[in-house]
Amino acid sequence: MRLTALLVAALCWLAPDLANAQDAAAIIAENRDQIEKPSRQTIGPVIAALAASGDAMADDILTAWAEKRLVVRKSDDALFLATPDGDGFLLTGLDGTPAGTAAKSDLTELKPNAGVRGVIAAALVQFTLSDPSPARRRAALDSIARDPTPETLEPLRASIASETDPELKALKERLERFLTLSFDPDSAARVAAISALGSDTSLDVRAALNPLVATTRVAALSKPDGNVARVLGVGRDLTEVEAYDLLVVAGLAPARLTLEDQRTALVANIVNDTVGGVPVAELDTQAARDRAYTALERAGTVPTAATDDEAKAALAMHGFFEVYVEPDPAVTSAARSALAGIETRVGMMRAADLGLDALSLAAIFFLAAIGLAVTFGVMGVINMAHGEFITMGAYTGFVVQLFVPDYTISLLVALPMAFAVTFAAGVAMERLVIRHLYKRPLETLLATFGISIALQQILKNVFGTQARPLTAPGWLDGALTFNDVVSISYIRIAIFVLALLFLAFFLYLMKRTRLGLEVRAVTQNRTMAASMGINPDRINMLTFGLGSGIAGIAGVAIGLYAKVTSEMGADYIVQSFMTVVVGGVGSVWGTLAGATMIGSLQKVIEFLNPSNTLSAQTYMILFIILFIQVRPRGIIALRGRAAGD
Amino acid sequence: MTRKGFFAQNPSALIFIAVLALFTLAVTLMSEGLGAGVISTSFVKTLGKTLCLCLVALAMDLIWGYAGILSLGHMAFFALGGYMIGMWLMYARTEEIVVTALAQGGLPASDAEISQGIATQIFGVVGSSDLPAIWAFAHSLPLQFALALAVPGLLALIFGWLAFRSRVTGVYLSILTQAMTLALALYLFQNDSGLRGNNGLSGLQNLPGFGDSSQDLVSIWFFWASALALGMGYLTLTWIVSGKFGSVIRAIRDDEARVRFLGYPVEAYKLFLFTLTALIAALAGVLYYPQAGIINPAELAPIASIYLAVWVAIGGRGRLYGAVIGAASVSLLSSVFTSGRLPNIPLGPVSLNWVDWWLVILGLSFVAVTLFAPKGIGGLFDRFQRIPTPARKGAPLGPDDGSLQEQEAQP
Repeated sequence: MRLTALLVAALCWLAPDLANAQDAAAIIAENRDQIEKPSRQTIGPVIAALAASGDAMADDILTAWAEKRLVVRKSDDALFLATPDGDGFLLTGLDGTPAGTAAKSDLTELKPNAGVRGVIAAALVQFTLSDPSPARRRAALDSIARDPTPETLEPLRASIASETDPELKALKERLERFLTLSFDPDSAARVAAISALGSDTSLDVRAALNPLVATTRVAALSKPDGNVARVLGVGRDLTEVEAYDLLVVAGLAPARLTLEDQRTALVANIVNDTVGGVPVAELDTQAARDRAYTALERAGTVPTAATDDEAKAALAMHGFFEVYVEPDPAVTSAARSALAGIETRVGMMRAADLGLDALSLAAIFFLAAIGLAVTFGVMGVINMAHGEFITMGAYTGFVVQLFVPDYTISLLVALPMAFAVTFAAGVAMERLVIRHLYKRPLETLLATFGISIALQQILKNVFGTQARPLTAPGWLDGALTFNDVVSISYIRIAIFVLALLFLAFFLYLMKRTRLGLEVRAVTQNRTMAASMGINPDRINMLTFGLGSGIAGIAGVAIGLYAKVTSEMGADYIVQSFMTVVVGGVGSVWGTLAGATMIGSLQKVIEFLNPSNTLSAQTYMILFIILFIQVRPRGIIALRGRAAGD
Repeated sequence: MTRKGFFAQNPSALIFIAVLALFTLAVTLMSEGLGAGVISTSFVKTLGKTLCLCLVALAMDLIWGYAGILSLGHMAFFALGGYMIGMWLMYARTEEIVVTALAQGGLPASDAEISQGIATQIFGVVGSSDLPAIWAFAHSLPLQFALALAVPGLLALIFGWLAFRSRVTGVYLSILTQAMTLALALYLFQNDSGLRGNNGLSGLQNLPGFGDSSQDLVSIWFFWASALALGMGYLTLTWIVSGKFGSVIRAIRDDEARVRFLGYPVEAYKLFLFTLTALIAALAGVLYYPQAGIINPAELAPIASIYLAVWVAIGGRGRLYGAVIGAASVSLLSSVFTSGRLPNIPLGPVSLNWVDWWLVILGLSFVAVTLFAPKGIGGLFDRFQRIPTPARKGAPLGPDDGSLQEQEAQP
């Protein structure tokens, strides 16, 4: 009961003389006439008394009243709570006992006006803010935060002291600041609330501060009295058309004649094939039409409209001002400086977020390109079907998920399966086609394109044209959120980690294993390698299979966040080649550098022009074409014998 | 030594022109517009479009088959030409409609109203009502026709200059041209590119000023124009490749470094060829799209340029008639197989649907041609003429590409 006592004490400002606990029904009976014909000025004490009564029904009664469900039964003039039930209403007595049903015609609804409803709502807030259940208190806070009103400020303040849950208390204090800075009548209190927000950069702080610095544009003969933000210059801050529209809105100037209206007026005044003395056939220029319209104006048949000269004079005569909606200059300047501080910090966080985005895009490009870094970078074989290998990997993941329902296990199965499938496809392709074309790179390009066309169509025939899902396991759902601005989804982190793993694996393979040594030997000088006892055919086959297998794994990873269609690989092929070429053919570090550069560049361009990801790609490709002018061999160019040719 | 005449030097050109003339005559006599009406207007259009594709294939053969530059961007020049002429077709056609509509409003239309009406008509679909700056010349056929050649030509000149001066060759150049095509396509896909985004330009089959002429006639006119352009193109290219210039570009294909050491400005030759073929491609596009009736950015997709390479490779690189044969046969076969009119072939439990499997067949047969018949269909003519393929069997005797092989070295 301590809570109730505190609540009652808190309510004293509202209801000094009715603050003793009483039955809700009794209070209503006492103030019956007030309740039936309430007015905003006088109803306060009654509602406060109800709120303070401690009766469990008071909450329900107030809710029903505000929702116009408190009714008077015409037969005995008694008050009930009504709940719609079919055609009629289910009645409940004020003490909570059911009282049967009644038809709509037997009842008179009490309809409190909007002002009274506001008072009731504030009283209800009082209830829920001090509700024994923390969940309900939290819900009440949420609803206030969603829809803040001046009435909620006092009950909220009153409830802070009695709050026992520290977390909720912090929430209440924060919300109290928001309400204070918007609604408190005292200017100093508002400024204090604004500065108390301090370094908070969350979205709701900005949402609370932004309305304080909202402005409207007005036109006036002299500087208006309000809280003027700045004086606007015509031609500098706003166009002449905008300025003139402001004058028209303010009723300071007549509307300008639109071409459409002029045309309508002229057509309406055609007499004997002339308008105002000008033959209709000549009215195919604007000058002739103006002449005809002026003639009509003089004759008084059409209303006078502002000409260009009049419009100019009106513009020169008036001033244009940006006026704060908020009248208090102290508040607006405090809000401005708070927002400016927030802006800087948010800008820095945006940059950090952009960096994260760029890194994850770079990881995706790297994954898509690293297979190419093997086949194209190391072997020098152009494989245009690389994109289809990525697609095959993704479809392998999809098929595995059809058979293995658990997403975690299916992912663990799908990765090696995708590697195996694309490794086999790569080896087959190397054996059947590419082996015969090692000396004819352009024809390798074309032949692999033929394979790419065929593979893509086969995949389309088998799996259909609609996107297939490749669902990530539950633990990859969601995002790692640092604050309102900086966050990154777990899938992207996983892809980033996978890319790093691949980098490490690839470096280990090329620099530390026998296979890597043989691959490098065959790449540098096939004949010499062969004379040292290395079988170049076998090495080429394995290398190509390896590059293709990596593409398959990349396909699973990309499929996790993008849709799996037969064309998904083709979307990456040009970018992958660009990544390898920009980075420097033959160097995995180059591929990494290329992916980082292309990824961050694309993100930066998207940031500068957020509406348009297509143009980001266009500009990026243009940049790459120009970049190759400066560094034809890529960022990390191989030197000496390893460079080949 | 007496100098032989042009046709005596190049008998294939004479044969080609004769075949083309006969074909044109035959189609004219069978058309609905001027002849017996045996073949439908839409098929006349298909044939006319095929002739345009043959023309762009000729350009591709010159740049790839003769000069060894595998450009994957020539269909972009082709489509750019189409876009440029499409702007005039669409503008002029819309102008006719707008003027007619405005004339019913009581007053004769003013220039501002007309241009406003045209802009709303054309760009309403992308939510705009202003004519972008790039449409400034769209009212005039001569200016827009000049642009149709100048824009692709300039693009090729700038791109080629950048690419060749930094010695980008081989597959790198191919990828770079492909990237250029992709960039252009992505740019045109945007609504604010000023060319109606992915809606593209449409209604191009209606010739402004010839509203009374039926499509039967218009299709024949365009067929003639395409045939004429193909014939002229063939003769020009034959002349180019048969002289000393032709020898130099073939030498560039075979050993670029050696030609450079002999003192020829290899980059200038390549740039000239690249730009010239871009112009030819643009001209083909100018004639193609009024027959197709619609153009959109999908026409620029990199895959289109790859099909162009496929046609030339199947027809036979390094011979002009090969490119024409390849383009004509493969594009006609494509339209037959993808028309959906061929019956499915039942194969036990499944049936072979041509529309679905045509691309697979095309892709695999392309691989087969690359592997087993590098000369393409044109190789058959060598066989008729009993020109033997040099037998280069055995292991190479040196480390370089193209070095003598064991059996060649035997006396």
